[in-house]
Amino acid sequence: MTTVSMTVNGKTVSGEVEDRTLLVQFLRENLELTGTHVGCDTSQCGVCVIHMDGKAIKSCTTLAVQASGSTLTTIEGLAPGDELHPVQKAFREHHGLQCGFCTPGMVMAAVDMIDRLGPNLDEATIRHELEGNICRCTGYHNIVKAIKAAADEMAALPQAAE
Amino acid sequence: MSSEGIGARVLRKEDKRFITGAGRYTDDMALPRMGYAAFVRSPHAHAKVKSIDASAALEMPGVDAVLDGHQLVGDGIGNIICGWMIHSKDGTPMKMGAWRALESEVVRHVGQAVAVVVADTQQQARDAAEAVMVDYEELPAVVDSLDALADGAPQIHPEAEGNLIFDWEIGDEAATNDAFAKAKHITRLEIDNNRLVPNPMEPRSALASYDKAEEHYTLYTTSQNPHVARLVLSAFYNVAPEHKLRVVAPDVGGGFGSKIYIYPEEIVCLWASKRVGRPVKWTSDRTEAFLTDAHGRDHHSTAELALDADDKIIGFRVSTAANLGAYMSLFSSSVPTYLYATLLSGQYNIPAIYANVKAVYTNTTPVDAYRGAGRPEATYLVERIIETAARERGLSPAEFRRKNFVCEFPHQTPVIMCYDAGDYEASLELAMKAIDYDGFPARRAQSEAEGKLRGIGMSCYIEACGIAPSKAVGSLGAGVGLWESAEVRVNPVGTVEVLTGSHSHGQGHETTFAQLIADRFGLPTANVSIVHGDTDKVQFGMGTYGSRSGAVGMSAIVKALDKVEAKAKRIAAHLMEAAEGDIVIEDGEVKVAGTDKKLSFTEVALAAYTGHNLPEGMEPGLKEGAFYDPTNFTFPAGTHICEVEVDPETGQVTVVNFVAADDFGQIINPMIVEGQVHGGLTQGIGQALLENAVYDDEGQLLSASYMDYTMPRADDVPSYIVDTTTTLCPGNPLGMKGCGEAGAIGAPPAVINAVTDAIGDNSMSMPASPAKVWSALQKGGMKQAAE
Repeated sequence: MTTVSMTVNGKTVSGEVEDRTLLVQFLRENLELTGTHVGCDTSQCGVCVIHMDGKAIKSCTTLAVQASGSTLTTIEGLAPGDELHPVQKAFREHHGLQCGFCTPGMVMAAVDMIDRLGPNLDEATIRHELEGNICRCTGYHNIVKAIKAAADEMAALPQAAE
Repeated sequence: MSSEGIGARVLRKEDKRFITGAGRYTDDMALPRMGYAAFVRSPHAHAKVKSIDASAALEMPGVDAVLDGHQLVGDGIGNIICGWMIHSKDGTPMKMGAWRALESEVVRHVGQAVAVVVADTQQQARDAAEAVMVDYEELPAVVDSLDALADGAPQIHPEAEGNLIFDWEIGDEAATNDAFAKAKHITRLEIDNNRLVPNPMEPRSALASYDKAEEHYTLYTTSQNPHVARLVLSAFYNVAPEHKLRVVAPDVGGGFGSKIYIYPEEIVCLWASKRVGRPVKWTSDRTEAFLTDAHGRDHHSTAELALDADDKIIGFRVSTAANLGAYMSLFSSSVPTYLYATLLSGQYNIPAIYANVKAVYTNTTPVDAYRGAGRPEATYLVERIIETAARERGLSPAEFRRKNFVCEFPHQTPVIMCYDAGDYEASLELAMKAIDYDGFPARRAQSEAEGKLRGIGMSCYIEACGIAPSKAVGSLGAGVGLWESAEVRVNPVGTVEVLTGSHSHGQGHETTFAQLIADRFGLPTANVSIVHGDTDKVQFGMGTYGSRSGAVGMSAIVKALDKVEAKAKRIAAHLMEAAEGDIVIEDGEVKVAGTDKKLSFTEVALAAYTGHNLPEGMEPGLKEGAFYDPTNFTFPAGTHICEVEVDPETGQVTVVNFVAADDFGQIINPMIVEGQVHGGLTQGIGQALLENAVYDDEGQLLSASYMDYTMPRADDVPSYIVDTTTTLCPGNPLGMKGCGEAGAIGAPPAVINAVTDAIGDNSMSMPASPAKVWSALQKGGMKQAAE
């Protein structure tokens, strides 16, 4: 067993894990943050996407020990309190979710996409960038619309101090 | 009128929990002292189980127990059933082989469970499952339905000689043969419908617990129909009497049919929770899902269409071999029979139809209903052969279809169904306009100039939803009735709870069902809660599949609302000393028409519960229930048109335009309906271009992960143009038809008709992968060169 310690959604947490414990297991079982899901065992589906040190990663193919010392954000910590992140809001407004199972990973991947590529996203770019996230319900149509709308909205926001 | 009533694009009430990670799926649940189950599964497609040695596994850390089929059968757990009896044409009942939740004698597909380990952690359980030594004696396997029917094929179940489960027929064979004898033109096609894996993103999961003192079980599970699960677990699997078993299907991450059935793992978790004396949880990994979730489709068919001299269809003859896999899953027998062959008339006036279906055992995962269930198979057959006939006769696809459309309703087909309402011309016209059909030649020329091939294809589908009148399905062999129940509870403060036997696993019932109350009483949907998915809360219901929650589930709510409204009006009339007939309820107020007298809905509700001043003899309270049994199937229909571009260098097919013009009858929330269509279309395009469950000759599933099975990704599909035409369904109070499956039903033939149009080779099968398309183009090129 190894002791790991990290910052998750602004809180410092630690725990004892087996070396083989996946980060997603640590999040779901030790921290009871069940918004991050597991949908496959080959790092393909993306329902486990979270942010580690500001970058989107798949928490099902990261060991908990690899994340020790890192700063993580999960879907539960994306927006403070009762607020919604513009991407969360856009998914609701554009019906970008049905069963909701892929949604946390989709939202986290979309936030990362907008962070990396800036707000001027066209449909082809969004579709290409979603390669690592599978949705079986929506046919992607409204997810693409939601991400585009969120990107546009974030572009219009006054820039926060860097 | 409420702004949230019928027809309004109300944003979903359920979304907040999903977008914030607060959804509660089965695997998110934990119970005190919970252990984890891992299954020991067969690596062979067909083998005798000679012995199971658990001694090493039992020594491993954290392991509570290793249980096998002998103990399961010894404890009286029943065999897994198929709930729909089909009789062969000679009158004999279907031949069902025994299916045990843990197999102790002969395994019949890769992934079949032979034992279960329960341990403190999931890792410990999985490690120990690896250490269970099973001695198998391999037997020859067969995976294809036609191979399984051939002489000398491996015999899979002693009960089904030659692996034939049933040899069933529908329609008038003599009349159909007659039509073919008179035909001026006959079109023939051999058509395969590829095997698919449903793949809801949430893998199946079960969490079972047993309360020793109360002798009561609770099962949290990924189910589309928790009440049916409880009934079957109780009545057939002898887990516990119904009143001692609570089944909860909490948030469920998609189903598409695959979560209708009651699987071995759920039975075993319940049974094991009592055996080991602790709650037991199992969650499938993705490869287990590929190996054990019921698959879909897998037909081999031959089809023949007879035309007269005016190009009118006079006969349709079909012969199908349906692969049902190694065991008969819960509704597997109904899928290639009454959900399939009854739709072979399509949108067309066909005076004579005959179909023969042979259902076959193979050493593959069981096959059952997957989004569309039988209707995609029928539609693919009909729309491929219609397109082929049009091409052979030199008619435009639209012209040939129009010539043969059913135009008068009701229309009795030769295969049971009586179409109640529709306007097939209207949806065809709308779809052609939306895709700018007339502009296609110019777009094709443009593609050609860029070295690409462009094709266009349509599909005019019809399907049957809202299943179905209980008496009718009973007479066809169903073991259950297919009504739905609802209860509307008005609370003393005027808020409303609606209890429904339907189950939402992505369909948005918490929103659309609440819209019915908004529409009826003018209350905000925020004042309405929808309660579903828990057998302790809702008395009974048949669940959600076959696009039935609108046409059947909401009809039950309407019936209950009628009763609530009538009682509320009687109370209000009494309180305001007015005639009952003068009372109207709108905008959350109960008014006397033509006066300024009114009460708030809350005041009327409160009066019902205080009981201080009710009409003479009236019971207090404002709560009513209803059961709704459908009067007929409903018949959603429409036209889908697909336009593709093919890169001849690579064989890559790109869907460049896709239009769906559907007639779903009354629509409650267009936003949600469009979402259902988008998802269905993507699954349909997935079937046509990407998805394929492939077995090797030994029965190993080669496509058992997302590395090997091509799930549609965002850049495999376009944005869609989705529109509707409307004819109301006369059979239910809201005029609804159902929209959940249309996309998956209509899309595949539209795509393949477009691909074959682009490449000029009609023999393309699904999925039209780059390799297949490229090979077809090479073959065509070689033929051209030789000419």
